[in-house]
Amino acid sequence: MKLDRSSLAALRQEGKDKLKTKKRVLVCAGTGCVANGSLAIYNRLCELVKEQGLAVEVIAQREDGIDVAKSGCHGFCEMGPLVRIEPVGILYTKVKLEDVEEIVESSLKGDEIVERLIYHHPVTKESYAKEEDIPFYKKQHRYSLSECGNIDPDDLLEYLAHGGYEALEKALFEMKPEDVIEEVTTSGLRGRGGGGFPTGRKWQFARAAEGSPKYIICNGDEGDPGAFMDRSLMEGDPHRLIEGMLIAAYAIGASEGYIYVRAEYPLAVKRLRKAIADAEERGLLGEDILGSGFSFNLKIKEGAGAFVCGEESALIASIEGERGMPRPKPPFPANKGLWGKPTIINNVETFVNVPLIIRDGAEEFRKLGTEKSPGTKTFAITGQVANTGLIEVPMGTTLREVVYEIGGGLRGGKEFKAVQIGGPSGGCLTAEHLDLPLDFDSLAKAGAMIGSGGMVVMDQDTCIVEVARFFMNFTQNESCGKCVPCREGTKRMLEILERIVAGEGKEEDLDYLEELGTVIRETSLCGLGKTAPNPVLTTLRYFRDEYLAHVRDKKCPAGECKALAGYWIDPELCRGCSKCARTCPVDAISGKIKEPYVIDEDKCIRCGACKEACPFGAITG
Amino acid sequence: MAEMIIDGVAVEFTDEKNLLEVVRKAGIELPTFCYHSELSIYGACRMCMVEVEGRGMVASCSVPPEEGLVVRTNTPKLQRSRRMILELLLANHHRDCTTCEKSGACKLQDLAQRMGVRQVRFGYREKMLPIDTSSPAIVRDPNKCILCGDCVRVCSEVQGIGVLDFANRGSEAVVSPAFGKNLADVDCVNCGQCVSVCPTGALVVRSEIQDVFEALNDPEKVVVAQIAPAVRVAIGEEFGLEPGQVAMGQMVASLKKMGFAKVFDTSFAADLTVLEETHEFLERLQKGEKLPQFTSCCPGWVKYAEQYHPELLDQLSSCRSPQQMFGSVAKRFLAKELGVEPQNLVVVSIMPCTAKKFEAKRPEFTNQIDGVKVADVDHVLTTGELARMIKEYGLDFNNLEPESLDMPFGLSSGAGMIFGNSGGVAEAVLRAASEMATGQSSLQVNFSEVRGLEGIREAEVDVAGTKVRLAVVHSLSNVKELLKKLAAGEVAYDLIEVMACPGGCIGGGGQPIPNDTNARAKRRKGLYSVDRQQTLRKSQDNPLLKNLYNKYLKEPGGELSHQLLHTEYGTRRRIAGEEINLVTNNGKSKVEVAVCVGTCCYLGGSYNTLQELLRRVKEEGLQERVDVRATFCLENCAGSPSVQIGDEVIGGSDPSSVDKLMEKIKGKLQ
Repeated sequence: MKLDRSSLAALRQEGKDKLKTKKRVLVCAGTGCVANGSLAIYNRLCELVKEQGLAVEVIAQREDGIDVAKSGCHGFCEMGPLVRIEPVGILYTKVKLEDVEEIVESSLKGDEIVERLIYHHPVTKESYAKEEDIPFYKKQHRYSLSECGNIDPDDLLEYLAHGGYEALEKALFEMKPEDVIEEVTTSGLRGRGGGGFPTGRKWQFARAAEGSPKYIICNGDEGDPGAFMDRSLMEGDPHRLIEGMLIAAYAIGASEGYIYVRAEYPLAVKRLRKAIADAEERGLLGEDILGSGFSFNLKIKEGAGAFVCGEESALIASIEGERGMPRPKPPFPANKGLWGKPTIINNVETFVNVPLIIRDGAEEFRKLGTEKSPGTKTFAITGQVANTGLIEVPMGTTLREVVYEIGGGLRGGKEFKAVQIGGPSGGCLTAEHLDLPLDFDSLAKAGAMIGSGGMVVMDQDTCIVEVARFFMNFTQNESCGKCVPCREGTKRMLEILERIVAGEGKEEDLDYLEELGTVIRETSLCGLGKTAPNPVLTTLRYFRDEYLAHVRDKKCPAGECKALAGYWIDPELCRGCSKCARTCPVDAISGKIKEPYVIDEDKCIRCGACKEACPFGAITG
Repeated sequence: MAEMIIDGVAVEFTDEKNLLEVVRKAGIELPTFCYHSELSIYGACRMCMVEVEGRGMVASCSVPPEEGLVVRTNTPKLQRSRRMILELLLANHHRDCTTCEKSGACKLQDLAQRMGVRQVRFGYREKMLPIDTSSPAIVRDPNKCILCGDCVRVCSEVQGIGVLDFANRGSEAVVSPAFGKNLADVDCVNCGQCVSVCPTGALVVRSEIQDVFEALNDPEKVVVAQIAPAVRVAIGEEFGLEPGQVAMGQMVASLKKMGFAKVFDTSFAADLTVLEETHEFLERLQKGEKLPQFTSCCPGWVKYAEQYHPELLDQLSSCRSPQQMFGSVAKRFLAKELGVEPQNLVVVSIMPCTAKKFEAKRPEFTNQIDGVKVADVDHVLTTGELARMIKEYGLDFNNLEPESLDMPFGLSSGAGMIFGNSGGVAEAVLRAASEMATGQSSLQVNFSEVRGLEGIREAEVDVAGTKVRLAVVHSLSNVKELLKKLAAGEVAYDLIEVMACPGGCIGGGGQPIPNDTNARAKRRKGLYSVDRQQTLRKSQDNPLLKNLYNKYLKEPGGELSHQLLHTEYGTRRRIAGEEINLVTNNGKSKVEVAVCVGTCCYLGGSYNTLQELLRRVKEEGLQERVDVRATFCLENCAGSPSVQIGDEVIGGSDPSSVDKLMEKIKGKLQ
């Protein structure tokens, strides 16, 4: 049934009624939790609730019943599978199938908390029953993620009950397209895909551009290793993305849109398809939306797994059925985009922010974040940090707050060394940047970028050259091969880095890296190439000594590069027989009989004779 | 008129397409690999970057000129970048420069020299890919490819084919025909336009120089040459002359010096073609059948038609091209007159064209003469190859005493000469048509309505009281467009002249480089001026031709003419490929079914037929007894969509015919 404004209001009320259950259990069905078995938990919960007569079928009467639903990602993936009990807000972590009965008995039938399933802080040992009290969530401001984890993404009613499509109504019936653009411009929203281009301005260009039809494209080709912000949003709150795109379409006068999702996100595709079908059925997509006369059709285009298709012109080529290769700009997509028509491309997170800006006004939005980077930013935090997962903080939050307060510090209490921010396009930040506010401009100044928001935390045992090599390997593999600097230059940079970690580097290699990196950055055709040298250039800037140790002293201070690892006697295993010392051709081993021996690394020539000689297997290397 | 500042100097500009053009107009030759004014902007080589105040470094090829831009073209940063890019390209390039075919004419070599690249610090190319020597016309060496994409774009944008494209990613990226196949196994029409634009030695003409030298040095052989019209206005470019400057005399002299026994003019054979083709056209016009008639002199177009338009093959003129008419006549009559065994008479064509190499090797042009298998044309040299031979031989081309062509095939009319220009064949036919139809001489010689540079030109001409509608088209992308319109009934013609290359043969893939708009325009002018200077303007006035008919052929369209000067065409599959097994049984007696999913059939719905057949075979439990295969091209394109059941090819097998097909299959099973 197609909705008009009054039937939409009725439906929204119906959703609100539905949610008025006595209790509600939300099982996280984000990809991370699903991989850890959350669907089995969900099914078991449904069975038990039904068996025990806890659920009441008729929605209007649900006030007495218990509702079991699947939700989007809570972000605390490290602790998944997650189960949340509402309205109290209890969060159970690392739930296993065998825990389900106990949860039903204690927390659903009764009001007890299953103590062993709530979150226990690994360092302070304190425990937290409620989600909002957990330090991981305390410093966060879940703004674009507000409904992610709270609602069933497959249920349009739930989205409506949470104020969904109110912003669309406001835009269609109370605002002119120019007003919408004005509001977005005033809000200062900047593209969340990495570049940080002002969204309102982009829309203005597209509105002013001549050509018909105009297109809206959502860039959901999130490809940074370890980043999954967009995936979580598409999986957890697909309707808000659709609403954001609808508002953008209304603003620039577009009638057609595409969501470009990478094929590796099957769950996101499935949920988006369902959401689009539901929205079409209700007349929220299609012709004459809500009787406003505005029409918009939305399609999904699955990518084929190329990182470069996250670059907007390559993405457009991919939708057109061409090889995913960037095109020179100008012309910019706002003037000549998809099929040569005016097109705007925004990232998932950017679109998701739009309904909130329109609904609550630009001023509300500007209260978050900093003057030049208003709003929040989601990050996928991974690496050697205690709490990995998906987080969202106001722009301007410091790195220290993110790593230590939300991330819970480094694993095993190790020392913070660096964070790679913005994925393979971003840069490396060090301990001296811990108090740097995370916003577009501060990061750019430090040689890094927000990128799409991947954040890899590294401790003292991580070799920085190896990290640079890893990212260079990634960009080299993902380069489309079109422009010379990116195709040939990254290949040569990778070769040099491989040489260095293999212990064959020379000091002049560092100059080559810098020279190559600079030229690639300055001359590449698209963003992939322009930013590909960033991890190398920033690590060279901040960790030059570590590079020098590799090439000059042939040592890897972090001990990660195997080819450079020295020989080492395990004092626990050494019996002090002196055989190694007698075998060593350069007298690098010394010690007292019956006490552990020690190798002098400066003298050691890494011949390995000691290792072979040791009868106790005490020497490694 | 707007103005910008380039390196401190104010430069005016008007309608230049991009900043690069303005900079070049200002006299600064910015280096490029991937920029060609006739192709789309690609932006990949990054050599043309300049610094624009307020914008930093930008690729000048993709920036529209704007009033007031302040541009710098040679800052230290830009120079460093250019050198680095060249160094990177060289590092991955198979640097056998000293022995490379392209040495001296290679853009990479030239720019590396110009930009002062004196070392390559980043290693060598480790992985050598196989060189593709499958094509009779073109040799492709991927180890020398710099992935500028010029060949990819010329093939798809100018020729509308798209034989080459990019495959793989990052440093593994290559330019390759579909499925990594060889050029000979795909729909390449051998036009050589890719060779014309390739900046390095990655695409070169397949050379027959050694074969020709060997023949010249073989005492048993008598070697004769035929020179195509478009060569005479281009060969001089290889020796420092302007495009369009006629150097026929020097060419004849050099060929003679190198040992050619006789040197003839392909234009003579062009005159012969005109008579045959006009005769054929008038006949069709009278009967009102097989119209519009398409010309068939261009082997690139002929292969294109065989691959893509089997339904039009009947409408192609059955006349062989002038090259092949010459070969046929030479091997049969000239050999006799010279007292040489046909197998000892070596016919070498000097052509502006690479596709002619393919044409000469078509099996129908090798026949038994007096019990010996003889090819009509033995070797084809491009303009560029002949120039190389002359240089190898050590001749001072420009200072040679010009010599004249030999008889009996050394005289031709202007009509035969302008064959090299797009519109030339049509005009030559028009010069003959009225007179041949009425038997009365006509005063009209010039038909300027068919001349010009536009991709598709139309004209309506009165031929003996009948309005004849003509179209002249060059570049296969234009051909594609014209045929689409023709099929849609938007246009109607009686005669269509088709040339595969831009500008016709003067822009052929075997011509000297640069083979661009500027060079083509001058060559074109050159040919028309040759025509104007001829006493003989019309093919039918050529007295040597009259001799040939009197002595041997009797009359245009006669029996012997048909046998020696005409040919047949057949559908040609576009890609050599294996079949894909979809349902296979295990050993029992079975029926083999192949559904063609080539383009014609696919467009005719064969994919749905296939799906439906598979469904039905499964539904009726016949999987064990029926092998179903999808195949590329059953070579029955005219009757598409086609399905082969056993040995029988059944045309018209659209999805609605599945019932009938199933019956046939079941019939065979019993």
